[in-house]
Amino acid sequence: MARKDEGSRMKDETGIQLKRKKNKNRLIEVGAIIALVIVMAVLLPSVIPAFRLRLIGRFLSLAIVALGIDLIWGYTGLLSLGHGIFFALGGYALAMHLKLQIPEGQIPDFFTLYGVKELPWVWLPFHSFPITILALIIVPGIVAGLIGYLVFRNRIKGVYFSILTQAALLVFYNFFNGQQKIINGTNGLKTDTEKIFDLVVSSPNVQRTFYIITVILLVLIYLLCRWLTTGRFGRLLMAIRDDETRVRFSGYDPTGYKVLVFAISGTIAGIAGALYTVQTGIITPSIMQVAFSIEMVIWVAVGGRGTLIGAIIGTMLVRLAQTFLSESFPEIWLFFQGALFLIVVTVLPDGIVGWWTGYGWDKLRSLLGLKRSVVTYPSLAEDPEVQREIGEISENK
Amino acid sequence: MSTLVEGLFNGFSIGSVLLIAALGLAIVFGLMGVINLAHGELMMLGAYATFVVQNIFKPLGEPWFSLYIIVAIPVAFIVSATVGLILERGAIRFLYGRPLETLLATWGISLILRQFVRSVDWLLFISIGVFCLLFFGGMKLVKRRNDWLRIKNKVIALLLFLSGGIAIAFNSLLSSNSTLTKPWFSARNVDVTAPSWLRGGTDALGFQIPYARLFIIVLTIICLIGVYWFLQRSTWGLKIRAVTQNRTMSSCLGIPTDKVDALTFALGTGMAGVAGCAVSLLGSVGPNTGQNYIVDTFMVVVVGGVGNLLGTVLAAMGIGVLNYLIGSGTLALMLTNINAPQGALDLAFFFANSSMAKVMVFALIIVFLQIKPAGLFPQKGRTAEL
Amino acid sequence: MSQLGRRKFLLYGSTGVLASLLLKGCASGGEGDTAADPCAGANPCAAGDGIKVGILHSLSGTMAISETTVVDAEMMAIDEINAAGGVLGKKIIPVKEDGASDWPTFAEKAAKLIDQDKVVTVFGCWASASRKAVMPVFESKKHMLWYPVQYEGQECSNNVFYTGAPPTQQIEPAVDWLLENKGIEFFLVGSDYVFPRTANTIIKEQLAAKGGKTVGEDYLPLGDTEVTPIIAKIKAALPNGGVIFNSLNGDSNVSFFKQMQGAGLTADKYPVMSVSVAEEEVRQIGAEYLKGHYASWNYYQTVETPANSKFVADFKAKYGEDRVTNDPMESAYIMVYLWKQAVEKAGTTDLEPVRAAAVGQTFDAPQGEVAMQPNHHISQTVRLGQVRDDGLFDVVWSTEESLEPIPWNQYVKETQGFACDLTDPAKGGKYKA
Repeated sequence: MARKDEGSRMKDETGIQLKRKKNKNRLIEVGAIIALVIVMAVLLPSVIPAFRLRLIGRFLSLAIVALGIDLIWGYTGLLSLGHGIFFALGGYALAMHLKLQIPEGQIPDFFTLYGVKELPWVWLPFHSFPITILALIIVPGIVAGLIGYLVFRNRIKGVYFSILTQAALLVFYNFFNGQQKIINGTNGLKTDTEKIFDLVVSSPNVQRTFYIITVILLVLIYLLCRWLTTGRFGRLLMAIRDDETRVRFSGYDPTGYKVLVFAISGTIAGIAGALYTVQTGIITPSIMQVAFSIEMVIWVAVGGRGTLIGAIIGTMLVRLAQTFLSESFPEIWLFFQGALFLIVVTVLPDGIVGWWTGYGWDKLRSLLGLKRSVVTYPSLAEDPEVQREIGEISENK
Repeated sequence: MSTLVEGLFNGFSIGSVLLIAALGLAIVFGLMGVINLAHGELMMLGAYATFVVQNIFKPLGEPWFSLYIIVAIPVAFIVSATVGLILERGAIRFLYGRPLETLLATWGISLILRQFVRSVDWLLFISIGVFCLLFFGGMKLVKRRNDWLRIKNKVIALLLFLSGGIAIAFNSLLSSNSTLTKPWFSARNVDVTAPSWLRGGTDALGFQIPYARLFIIVLTIICLIGVYWFLQRSTWGLKIRAVTQNRTMSSCLGIPTDKVDALTFALGTGMAGVAGCAVSLLGSVGPNTGQNYIVDTFMVVVVGGVGNLLGTVLAAMGIGVLNYLIGSGTLALMLTNINAPQGALDLAFFFANSSMAKVMVFALIIVFLQIKPAGLFPQKGRTAEL
Repeated sequence: MSQLGRRKFLLYGSTGVLASLLLKGCASGGEGDTAADPCAGANPCAAGDGIKVGILHSLSGTMAISETTVVDAEMMAIDEINAAGGVLGKKIIPVKEDGASDWPTFAEKAAKLIDQDKVVTVFGCWASASRKAVMPVFESKKHMLWYPVQYEGQECSNNVFYTGAPPTQQIEPAVDWLLENKGIEFFLVGSDYVFPRTANTIIKEQLAAKGGKTVGEDYLPLGDTEVTPIIAKIKAALPNGGVIFNSLNGDSNVSFFKQMQGAGLTADKYPVMSVSVAEEEVRQIGAEYLKGHYASWNYYQTVETPANSKFVADFKAKYGEDRVTNDPMESAYIMVYLWKQAVEKAGTTDLEPVRAAAVGQTFDAPQGEVAMQPNHHISQTVRLGQVRDDGLFDVVWSTEESLEPIPWNQYVKETQGFACDLTDPAKGGKYKA
């Protein structure tokens, strides 16, 4: 009896210890994030040249899309090949707002080339900044939700979903290319010489501000995704990924959740698109080419699907490699990119982060002569009784 | 009447191009569940094979030259099927049952193939040959040892680096030789000229029917019959269908599933080669040729219902006719004739050009899938749950 | 078990290869950085004390097919100039960047050329979208771009020199000639993007003003190859023959001409006037399909001038006997020389003096004499060519002397009456004449 009491008391202690360890881990994580933000947002802009900073800003905005894709692919198992749509919608919304920062009564110059006298009605609300911000968040979300609803309602999933999103992408691509009178067709919208709050968009200060906003939003969206994927909602997403039928039999309706998470992912892509556009200086329909949307997926796959930090790391690595490689050997880049797709799915299915946590870290420890950490249930491993028994066993040997 | 016949013929001729392009995909996707995004690039290889055959026949002069296309079809089939076989053995067989991963892997393959035809020259060809010779030769030698399983990993890594290094060294050694580094095709498009009997057309039905279109329609029908016969009447066809229905059971009954997989994939990619040969008569042949067809052909397969040849045929023809009716403005004209409401009329005219017709057709496909999510002829039973 | 083991090793191998490739990429990127510092250390720059110019075209992607030919012409001009002693006694050092057929990449690489490589000018771009993408970069940095391709006009920037033709030097003379010689009913075909759309707007206005008639127009998505609906429309609109004005681009041209012939629309009844089909494209489509059709350019390989014989001979000697020269290549060749002359006149590579000196430069180009006008476009000869058996063009008509460029189109209502004079600050890029 007494022994049992002792046991339960010890168990409580381990519970507290675990909690402490968890708290400690969280503290480390928060610290790391804050440190990173300071480095990225404060130090980096003063160290590297402006156009490289712009490059990094663009990569970071792409990392935001990657987070969105990880959310639906890594956690929910939906491979979207059509994220270019939402990315472009966000970009176009902000670009048009910038285009409209001209004296009252005038319309952007490209309209006159096609004989358009009045601003098309779709663009009327975009005079106002708050509405634009709202639109670039909501519109991609609604479009994604709509596409998602139409597809998921019929329980279309797996590769069919992927192919359909690709078809949708092509529809939007052709449509945007063909509509000169509304959105300037293939030439797209330039933002560099436009003004935001009476400041020229391409001026260094404005660009630096955009860069810092990108860093902050990346962190915020990372936290949002983390929050989404850790709780009950996250577990449900993963359940849908692993066995949707079983989720349905358990009394949940996966459709609603899938639509919701797809819409969230679309929203994230829209925000990223807007940030990308202002840091690129132009948005054209070519952003909706089939290849670009597939590339987005590979960033996540390289970093490690199902790990949010992996999506960010993967994006940065692949884009940096692309910049350097295509600068020095444009021909090799395509071979390399192709090989990347092959390698990631055949030998590195968990991506870099997955490999590191599953294998690389241990390997490094053993190379350094440290003990390999044993993967067990933490509550068991920390249980003093188990520890004692392990000790006895090793003594007996 | 003549307009109607002409419209139908034009629709069918668009459809037949879609069908011949989608046939290989229907086999690979329908029977194996493999999403082959490199399908378009295998078509491109077929088209390039046609180009090479054409150039071989050119010096022979007439009448040989006019027959080159007949030779080109089997050559294109063999080239694409061989490449398909290599891909299946080299990469895709490790990915069965993981369709999303296959999708990414085949996209990677398509990138590599596209760049390959751009930059292939004798040097690259020889270097790859040297690499393969060293690597696989070395493997073969070491495999004889008893402790093969134990040292396997180290040997593979070592061989990979050694043969790769030697191949690269070899490459840079010879790179000053200009005849070796002259690209075979370069990044430019190449011209495939149809033989004279396929140029022009006939006035048989009161309107001009292009011979090239007729040729493609006939070729499509022959391929269709061939594939149907192979799958339904031959022993290997039986085995393929058996493996599709129940892999484990087929394996137990002694069907070599490995061989069946390879054969099915080779058949599908070979059909892509034939399609490439066919489209070279109509369009451009260049590194990006395949990209023009890939999404369209997937749509055909999805609308038709996976694993069903009849569905694929109907879907291709349906999409073809629809595309023609909307794009050529025939639909808009018909609506005017029957006094349709103004709104529908405006809509029809808005979409009455080739660019917008494509948007409309895709939109209609998505609507169609709302009604029949698994295509015209859905697979029955548990296999439908992919 | 063995499966897992092999995986690990493949993993090692591939990460090894990956890492080394990355390192290599970084290393060469690093080299680029040191080169950015003008003439420091033991790089080629120190030896010759050269002048850096940027070359910004797509070396990869869909546009690479066309743009690499232009790069060849630019490199040839630079090599010729260097062989003849360079500019201001210094060698020209070309810095090539790949726009990768992706417009944001163009903008990014333009910024890199200017900020990091400190080039004194940039030769580059092909597609209008790529030019529009880099323009803000050049405008904000007050830098200089030379653009070698015919385009839709309606633009006049102080920071760009255009050596290709605006519609007045290509499309309008062609339409006039067709009206006189080939018939008054026109069908317009184009790829679905800005150049064909604008070109067709101009043609429609011009036809309306001169008594012609537009019987139909249609657009094909970029790269699409299914032209059956268009051909059916042409047959319906022009049952007895008529003129087809073609501004299709790239792969679509191949399908269009192949299927035109299949449908029995021959050059004698349905002459096609193309504005994006030059010698290079004819070779890719196949001369058999194009024989008898027309194109409108400023230059053909067959133009008979002493300068052209030399240009063609030099080009073939440098790049191979089987290569052909065409209009954009010639424009690219011209612009390097015009820039060189401007630098020599200004006596410096500083941007503003060179910009001022460039206007008024004349050059004995392969197409005949060209001159840079105050609106930053060049005056040039317009020629209409007919495709012959060997895939080259017979010149069937040409202007007597070179034609003045007019960037703002006088047929389009919105720009009617506007002109451009960049030498006069009071007038600027767009003023009411």
